[in-house]
Amino acid sequence: MSSRDELLKAVAENQPMNFPLPEIEFLDSECIYLAETFINVLTSIGGAVVLIENLMEIETYILEKFKKSDRIVTTIPAIKWMAELIPATSIPPHALSNVDFAIIDTHCAVAENGAVWVTEKGIVNRALPFICQHLAVVVNARDIVSNMHSAYNLIGTDDYGYGTFISGPSKTADIEQSLVLGAHGPRSMTIFLIM
Amino acid sequence: MESSPLNYKNKIMIAPDKDHAALANEFNKDEQRVDWHDETLWWVRQKRDNAVKKLPEWEELREAGSQIKNNVLGNLNYYLQQFETNAKANGVHVHWALDAKEHNEIVLDLLLSKGINKIVKSKSMLTEECNLNDYLLDNGVNVIDSDLGEFIVQLANEHPSHIVLPCIHKKKEEIGELFHQHLGTPSGNSDPIFLTETARQHLRETFLARKAALTGVNFAVAETGEFVVCTNEGNADMGAHLADIHIASMGIEKIIPERKHLGVFLRLLTRSATGQPITTYSSHFKKPRSGASIHIIIVDNGRSKQLGREDFRNSLKCIRCGACMNTCPVYRRSGGHSYHSAIAGPIGSILAPNLDMEKHADLPFASTLCGSCTNVCPVKIDIHDQLYKWRQVIVKNGHAPLAKNAALSVMTKILSSPVLYKVAGKLGRLTMKWVPLVVNNRFNPWYKQRELPEVPKNSFGEWYKKNRNHESKDK
Repeated sequence: MSSRDELLKAVAENQPMNFPLPEIEFLDSECIYLAETFINVLTSIGGAVVLIENLMEIETYILEKFKKSDRIVTTIPAIKWMAELIPATSIPPHALSNVDFAIIDTHCAVAENGAVWVTEKGIVNRALPFICQHLAVVVNARDIVSNMHSAYNLIGTDDYGYGTFISGPSKTADIEQSLVLGAHGPRSMTIFLIM
Repeated sequence: MESSPLNYKNKIMIAPDKDHAALANEFNKDEQRVDWHDETLWWVRQKRDNAVKKLPEWEELREAGSQIKNNVLGNLNYYLQQFETNAKANGVHVHWALDAKEHNEIVLDLLLSKGINKIVKSKSMLTEECNLNDYLLDNGVNVIDSDLGEFIVQLANEHPSHIVLPCIHKKKEEIGELFHQHLGTPSGNSDPIFLTETARQHLRETFLARKAALTGVNFAVAETGEFVVCTNEGNADMGAHLADIHIASMGIEKIIPERKHLGVFLRLLTRSATGQPITTYSSHFKKPRSGASIHIIIVDNGRSKQLGREDFRNSLKCIRCGACMNTCPVYRRSGGHSYHSAIAGPIGSILAPNLDMEKHADLPFASTLCGSCTNVCPVKIDIHDQLYKWRQVIVKNGHAPLAKNAALSVMTKILSSPVLYKVAGKLGRLTMKWVPLVVNNRFNPWYKQRELPEVPKNSFGEWYKKNRNHESKDK
C-alpha cells in the first residue's frame, strides 16, 4: 500500500463522528466608520496613510521622499509617467531586487486590521510587494470592508494563482520583544487613500 | 555574503536524560533571567487580552473556530482527498509522508533531483518535529532558517524555545555576541535595530541566491487546494517567490473546509499569538508561478494515532498561536527548553506523549492544572483536562517517575487506614515542630522557592473531639 493510502486509511479508521459546520455569516458585522477605523488600525501597526483626491498627488509624495536615482516602479498604468511601469509579461523576480519604492493598488481593504488584499494579477510579480524597500498601495475609501468575513465574501471564488493580505511594513520583535520595522520585506507601507 | 557559518550539524540536544523538573531547575538558577522571561511573556499575554477585548464577538469567534475544527476532525479523510484533488488541479505536486523519516527523505529527494544543495526555510514547527535540519546537513544540504528568531537560535546551535517567539529565552547581549562571532558585527553592539538590519542584509543575499525554499503551512483549504502561510517578517514570501522550487510541509490537521473559514482563523490566530489584529502577511498559495514549482508534503507522524484517542484528539485542533505558553505559570518560569520537545508548553505537553509516552512521561506533570491555557485557547482545546488525563494514562502504563510511584503507594497505604493516618499526621506535626530541617531542606521538592506553613498544634480530628461539646469556647 502506498503511504498515501496507508495514511488515508489510518485517518478513516480513527476519525470521530461527523460534526456539522457552524454558521459564520453572522460574524460579518457592519461598521459605520470604515475609513476612520482603517486609518487608526493601520497607523497603530506602523503603516502610514496619505489622503489624496486623485492619483496626480502621488507625484508630490515621490518628489518629497525619494531621490531621482531611486528606482520607483508601479503596476498602475494611469501613473506610468511618474514611475516605471512593471510590464505584464513575466519578468524574473530577481530583476526587482533594487526597487526602492513600489506603488500598487487594491480593490479590497479591511478596516479591522488595516490589511489590503492583493493578487498576482494586480501585483504582476509575486515578489514585488516583498522585495521593494518601501511599499505604497492605492486604496479607494469605498473599497474598505469591515472585517475578514466581509473580505472573503468579496474575494468569493476568485481563481487567483497567489493572493496575500498585507498589513503594514514587514516587522519583527524577535530580539527581546523590541519592535523593529523592516525585517525582510518593505521598511515602510504607505496607503494613498482616495476619499 | 552567501557563504554561511551554518555548516555544522548536531545541535546541542537537550540532555535527554533530564526531565522537565531538572531542566527547569537549571533555568531557575538565574533568578533575574527567570523574572524577565516571566514578565516578557506575561506582557505578550496582556497584549492578547487587549486585542481580544476589542472584539465583542470574540467568544462566538472561538466557538466557530472550535466547531469548524471539530468538523475537520470528523471528516479529515474526505477533506484530505478533496484538498489533494484541487491542489493537483492547480498544478501543485502533492506528497504523502507517514512519519518524520519519510518526510525528510521526500525533501532530500526533491532537492537532489534538481541538483540543489542549499535551501532557505521559513518557520515550520513540523520540520523541527521531524528534525529536518540535521537530516539535511547530514546529507550535505546547507539549510538557513530565515525567520529572525530561528536564524538566531540556529546561530546559537539551539532549538526554538517557543513556537511563535523562537529566541524568547535569549538576551539581546547574547544575540549581539552571536552576530559578532558569526556575522562580524562590532563586539558589544546589541541594539535590536542594528542587529535586525544586519540580518536583513545578510539574508537578502541568501534569498536572492537560493533555488529552493521550504515553508510551513498555517491553513490548507480543501475547497480550493490553496494553502496559507502567515509571517510578520515577509521571509516565507521572500524565499518562495525567489526560488525555483517551493516545498511546503504540513501536518494532516492543517486542513480547513472552505476559503471563507480563513476569515475565522485569521481573526483568531494573531490576536491570540501576539495581540496583533493580523500578521503583516497572510499569503495564499494556490498555483505555482510560471516557471516554478510547488510541492506540498502532507505528514502524519503520529497524528492519525492521536485522532483515534478520544480523550486527546482535540489537541489536533491547535492552530499554533502559542497563547497557552504565554499564559502558563510553569512555562513562563521554566523556559521552553525544559520541555525537551519541539513544541513546548501546555499544548506540547499533550502532543508529545502521543509520539513517545515514555520519553515525555514527565510533561503532563509540568503543569499546575490551573486551566489558564484552556481559557485562552482560540479553538477551545480542553488543554488542562487533557494534561490531567495523560497523567492517568502514563501512570497506568507504568511510566510515572519512580519517586512519584513510591510516594503514591505509601500515600495509598496511609490514606486507606484510619489508624495509620492519625499516627502519620501526628508524626508529621511533631517533625515540623522539633526537627523542621528534615522537611525544610533542598532534597524536598516542595520546599523549593517556598516556605512551608507553620504546623497547627493538633489535627482537626483532635480539635473537634475537644470542642464539639462546648461550641462557644474557641470563638
